[in-house]
Amino acid sequence: MILVVAEQKNGKLNRATLETLVATKQLSGDMPVKVLVLGGSVGDVPSEFMASQVQEVLIVEDKLLDPYTSEAFVAVLQEIIETEKPSIVALSHTYQTRDFAPMLAARIRSPLITDITALKGTGNSATYMRPMFQGKLVAEVSPQGEKPYLVSFQIGAFRVNETANDSTPAPSRKVNIEINKASISMKPEQPFQEAKQAVDLTQAERIVAVGRGIKSEENLGIVENLAKVVGAQVAASRPICDSGWLPMERQIGSSGQTVGPKLYVALGISGAIQHLVGMKGSRTIVAINKDPDAPIFEVADYGIVGDLFDIVPALVTELEKD
Amino acid sequence: MKIAVCIKQVPTREWQPRLAEDKKWIQEQDVSYEMNEPDAYALEEALRLREKHGGEVVVCSAGPSRVAKVLREALARGADRGLHIEADRLGSADAFVVADALAAAMKEESFDLVLTGLQSDDQGHAQMGVILAEKLSIPHSTIIMEVQIKDRELRIKRELEGGWFQWISTDLPALLTIQSGINQLRYATLKGIMAAKKKEIKKVPLPEGLQDSQVILSLAVPVKSKKTRMIEGAPDKAAEELVRCLKEEARVL
Repeated sequence: MILVVAEQKNGKLNRATLETLVATKQLSGDMPVKVLVLGGSVGDVPSEFMASQVQEVLIVEDKLLDPYTSEAFVAVLQEIIETEKPSIVALSHTYQTRDFAPMLAARIRSPLITDITALKGTGNSATYMRPMFQGKLVAEVSPQGEKPYLVSFQIGAFRVNETANDSTPAPSRKVNIEINKASISMKPEQPFQEAKQAVDLTQAERIVAVGRGIKSEENLGIVENLAKVVGAQVAASRPICDSGWLPMERQIGSSGQTVGPKLYVALGISGAIQHLVGMKGSRTIVAINKDPDAPIFEVADYGIVGDLFDIVPALVTELEKD
Repeated sequence: MKIAVCIKQVPTREWQPRLAEDKKWIQEQDVSYEMNEPDAYALEEALRLREKHGGEVVVCSAGPSRVAKVLREALARGADRGLHIEADRLGSADAFVVADALAAAMKEESFDLVLTGLQSDDQGHAQMGVILAEKLSIPHSTIIMEVQIKDRELRIKRELEGGWFQWISTDLPALLTIQSGINQLRYATLKGIMAAKKKEIKKVPLPEGLQDSQVILSLAVPVKSKKTRMIEGAPDKAAEELVRCLKEEARVL
């Protein structure tokens, strides 16, 4: 049996879980699939899983699970794994999973394969493809040792095909688990947002994004010029926002925003996997980079290998001709 | 306060991948290495905490003999001493093996705080720090953007997805994985480089019998999922052609 650990917040299912379900379907072969939904109060989340795909939904509700702590999550998962004996536990490679899954793996002495983008084979003998070296290489890896194997899927790697919910919800069952309050040493406060988002990049039709290749803050002017003539919003990869050259709200990628504009122009962005997950859904991608082997070219429709300080002004001149 | 920083040595960002003959690892001879970037931020954070609260910063790395270079660099930036768990197999080892190697060497030191980067730029498992915390039997938190310490109380700002954050309190000892950009990095001064030569790097052997938790069956350059049209020529010619493509083919301008 494969156990999918759903991620939800305030009774709202994280879309990444649906992608993980797609990956699990491909992985499962003839193995049955169960879903675990856990939290303080999970609302209608359990009814989002259909009987055609999922044998059973297990529900664990406890005040100690909200707000999230790795300690409470691991306590619940450890017990569920002991009683249900899955041979694979499937997760989404979210920040929350990254916080508790390695702890769970170490505690139950199971292998954990993270950030999976594709599968080969099914069931216990499946092998997993995952990026290495910032996406410059892809590795095929095989878990070793005791089951269950823990696996986490990269966000955006498995596409959810919208299907009508014409089948009936899977049967669900509440499971009572005693969480030892004394085992929780973390005291989390409520999540908050740093700044009110002044721009909503997710609504932008065109985006001109800039990365390390711009070299210094003073050079941002040429990027803004291009954005202006194209009618685009300016965005950036993480290092630019880390350096404070552009505000955090302009950041695209796994820790920023995920966008899918009509046109995405990547200037001096090498295309680390953390950036690619935030923009590879764009309709047309243009990459300008001096490194011909930069991973950004893997996702680009049009590429120019060259110095952005030569090419961007030439583009502006060309566009201003009209 | 006794702070440990776990550092990995990884290929530079400019490095062009070349595969070993068996295609299960990279050709190491022609790689130039550097300090894993998130680990550099963890080191900087440790140095700042020491400046505020006193104590010592111990840099720890598990890897082949080459990693002594990044340990020396960390000492030059201001760390007090180093621990080097040395073994050739650690160069390509998985997160469990590295965590076991580090835990064996670090356990008896009883650190108050252990910092490391949120993930490595080579294998990128994003697991080692959390596994190490479990092996050291201390609590952990990940992707940290701010660290405050008052007596034995720790208050940390954790980054969530999509621009959200959260404050968490706990007591020392603890392990934190640090997010890039938490601070401004310092670089080694000449004085620091000279001083580092006299600082101790203790070599620790790898414990025997560590089992791999996953094996790499093969490495490959990713297959393109998209057909990329590469536009060549002088900047003005390339710009002209790109604008034509965007207007006439893609119709996005």
